[in-house]
Amino acid sequence: MRFAETGVNLEIDLSRGSIEKEGTDPRLTELHLGGLGTNAKILWDRVPPEVEPFSPDNLLIFSAGLLAGTPAPGANRTIVSTFSPQTLLMAYSVMGGFWAPELKHAGYDKVVVRGKSPNLVYLWINNDKIEIRDASHLQGKGCLETEELIKQELKESKAQIATIGLAGENRVYFASIEQGRSSASRGGIGAVMGDKGLKAIAVRGTKDINVARPAELIELSNEVLKYIQYRKDNPIKGVPPILAGLGSPQEMALHNEEWHTASFSWGNARIRRRDFWNKEIEEQWKEIQDKAVERLISCYNCPMKCGGIITHPKLQRYMMKCYSKLTYTMAAMSDLDFGFKIAGLAQEYGVDGYTTPQVMAFAVELYEAGILTDQDLPGFPSTTEERFFWLLEKIVRREGIGDALADGVYWAARKIGKGAEAYDHNTIKKLEQIPIKLGTMNPIYYLMWSTGEKINITQIEGQIPQAPFATKEEREEFVKDWVQVPNEKFKEFILRWGEPGTSFPNYPTIEATCELVEWQETMHYIDDATGICAGLSSFPIKPAYHIHNLPRVISSATGMDIDEARLWKIAKRNRTLLRAINVRRGLRRTDEKPPEDHWKRRFPEYEAKLLDEYYKFKGWNNEGIPTKETLHELGMDYVGEDLEQRGIYKNGEKQSPEITQDSPKSKKAKA
Amino acid sequence: MNKETVKKENVKKVKVIKIDVDKCNGCRACEVICSAFHTAPKYSSTNPEKSRIRVLWDPKRDIYVPVIAGEYTEAECNGRDIYTINGKKYDECGFCRASCPSRKLFKDPDSDLPLKCDMCEEEPPLEEPMCVQWCINDALTYEEREEEGKEEEKPGEMETGLEALIKKHGAKTVMDTVSRLAKK
Repeated sequence: MRFAETGVNLEIDLSRGSIEKEGTDPRLTELHLGGLGTNAKILWDRVPPEVEPFSPDNLLIFSAGLLAGTPAPGANRTIVSTFSPQTLLMAYSVMGGFWAPELKHAGYDKVVVRGKSPNLVYLWINNDKIEIRDASHLQGKGCLETEELIKQELKESKAQIATIGLAGENRVYFASIEQGRSSASRGGIGAVMGDKGLKAIAVRGTKDINVARPAELIELSNEVLKYIQYRKDNPIKGVPPILAGLGSPQEMALHNEEWHTASFSWGNARIRRRDFWNKEIEEQWKEIQDKAVERLISCYNCPMKCGGIITHPKLQRYMMKCYSKLTYTMAAMSDLDFGFKIAGLAQEYGVDGYTTPQVMAFAVELYEAGILTDQDLPGFPSTTEERFFWLLEKIVRREGIGDALADGVYWAARKIGKGAEAYDHNTIKKLEQIPIKLGTMNPIYYLMWSTGEKINITQIEGQIPQAPFATKEEREEFVKDWVQVPNEKFKEFILRWGEPGTSFPNYPTIEATCELVEWQETMHYIDDATGICAGLSSFPIKPAYHIHNLPRVISSATGMDIDEARLWKIAKRNRTLLRAINVRRGLRRTDEKPPEDHWKRRFPEYEAKLLDEYYKFKGWNNEGIPTKETLHELGMDYVGEDLEQRGIYKNGEKQSPEITQDSPKSKKAKA
Repeated sequence: MNKETVKKENVKKVKVIKIDVDKCNGCRACEVICSAFHTAPKYSSTNPEKSRIRVLWDPKRDIYVPVIAGEYTEAECNGRDIYTINGKKYDECGFCRASCPSRKLFKDPDSDLPLKCDMCEEEPPLEEPMCVQWCINDALTYEEREEEGKEEEKPGEMETGLEALIKKHGAKTVMDTVSRLAKK
């Protein structure tokens, strides 16, 4: 018997209309756990680097995390992996909600989709019975609407549904996959789903998920719940409220938005408004929010209430979480009511709440600079709010200027030309980033922004405070119950930080910087394999799950014997495999940099040294390519051999095929 | 129910799970832990479909109603009910706790046998039923009180299941089948 996992993947070929159930190799679980790790292994094995994102040979993999559906609180993540039309690299995006446990209860760990359906279809997984069903009547329907229609059609109100909206159908490069309260939205995975002609996957499962050592797992789960309760009553002192608790930032409950509004940039990641937040705004926004948020809601088997049910007189009810509350508001230099209004519509179309507002703010800037004219934007309204709504409609339909903008800032800038490239100032590896603009280069963040494979800072940071504590007493107080550190030396970083001579960029030492970055990144890689929510684990300071209890949680659930060292090594293996996948697709050192204006004060020589040392620390060569020795140590000689055969080690130059952007104008686009 | 419990004359213990739908965040941890608790070996598997508490939820209508499995009934009611509270329309029979032929709720997905909440009774007794323990947002809370009346012998799980089988197939068929299986 397999524990925690089901040991079966579904293989769906949409070109042939075939459905196969495939038993999986338990040795792969030992090597990669599951979720992101085994997704990466499948992509490495089965999708050669020449394959374009919109090729029938590209795979779209929906994976439940290894522990999803077990009693471990917060283990509910679906990890979606494919190749991104936007970055042309591996896209992995993660969503919470209820889909992954349902898939496991239906009897499957993953749904691996290949090929392309000539007509729009949806997949219906009902325990052992699987159907590819016609979805022509769902064409152009919004995400929540689609969910509702499918449930009615199947007469199955308990089905969990992951779906794309109009944006995904039209292959918008930042189209999301939505699932009620959650979404997987980074990297344009919704566009790949649309390209495959797959509107939705509905799942219903009523089978058992077994665990190997139940008594131990329940005891650990009870401890986690107890700690969550403890932290609810004991927020971390000396950090902003948003960093003091567990979960993803409690945006639906918090009213004080000083931290986001003062430290993040407004518009096209341009302006910091340090004195924006005042009593008057706080009261105004509180009223708007209290009216809009009807209930705080959770994902499967998790007591944190990171989401909210939103009601607005102009919209149907929808669900929101985290910072999407403010991304549209701040990009449009508007207010919270506008944010709630447009986010509801955008989610129904199925677009990423990070990228979309930035693309629209970028377009508004180009118009104001005269690069885009009234000819490009016929009937462009006069207020920013109206302009955002106008742009959203064009983008999701790829209509007029919307066709270029639907490729994201990087590609749109190059298509529009006339100097538009200069306005693309907040992307890394062609992907829009959180709009943060700061003063002095922070070496820890420098490495995280530059080298993270997810190309998203929130998917690598999390374990350490973002600023030093003011006094020695506070520092000592903070480290007292810091049990989450891998070892005691990490406490030294905090204990000294704030003393004279401990300012950036020279503090901490390069060695300590590398270790801090690796620790934070490792915890994310573990979560993305187990499907435990980062909000309880890798993302907040002093989380409920950490390197000392995770090995026991994983071992008791799966029956594998995993200690800290082995778990660390698995995470490293997965992380290195992702790097190799992207290296094979052309990623090199020259791509590894933060947005140019992320910091005002930069130190090019020191930064180069940081990268040199970090690569060495990771066992990569000076181009950021994992060495054959490193791959050998991780049991992945086959990866090293492949890289060698392709000539990728030679001089470290770009030897791999340049993957070109797909034809931008989607044939499927419709008005 | 254990017979060792010292019974006071004319006093019975009433166990109440109080449900505050306003506090329910729809995480379904109650379903997870209930199904895990009521499996053998204990906690060795999860399956919300086997849980004796289900959250009837529909975020699009802001419906969050934890319902605890009550009595098995062999026939449905003469009619069904639909509640509207504060303008919110709840599901048909949405508050009913019965395992009933009119719906799939509270039936074991493998055997189709009815599921019924037993308040996690065991020796030694738990402080609170597991669903309450795992609902740290306090949508579920627990209360015990004494009431006038006689303590009833409660049918065990097997009795409830057998009763349902007898109602469905007739006592003779069930007895024949049991004796045939016993010989194997």
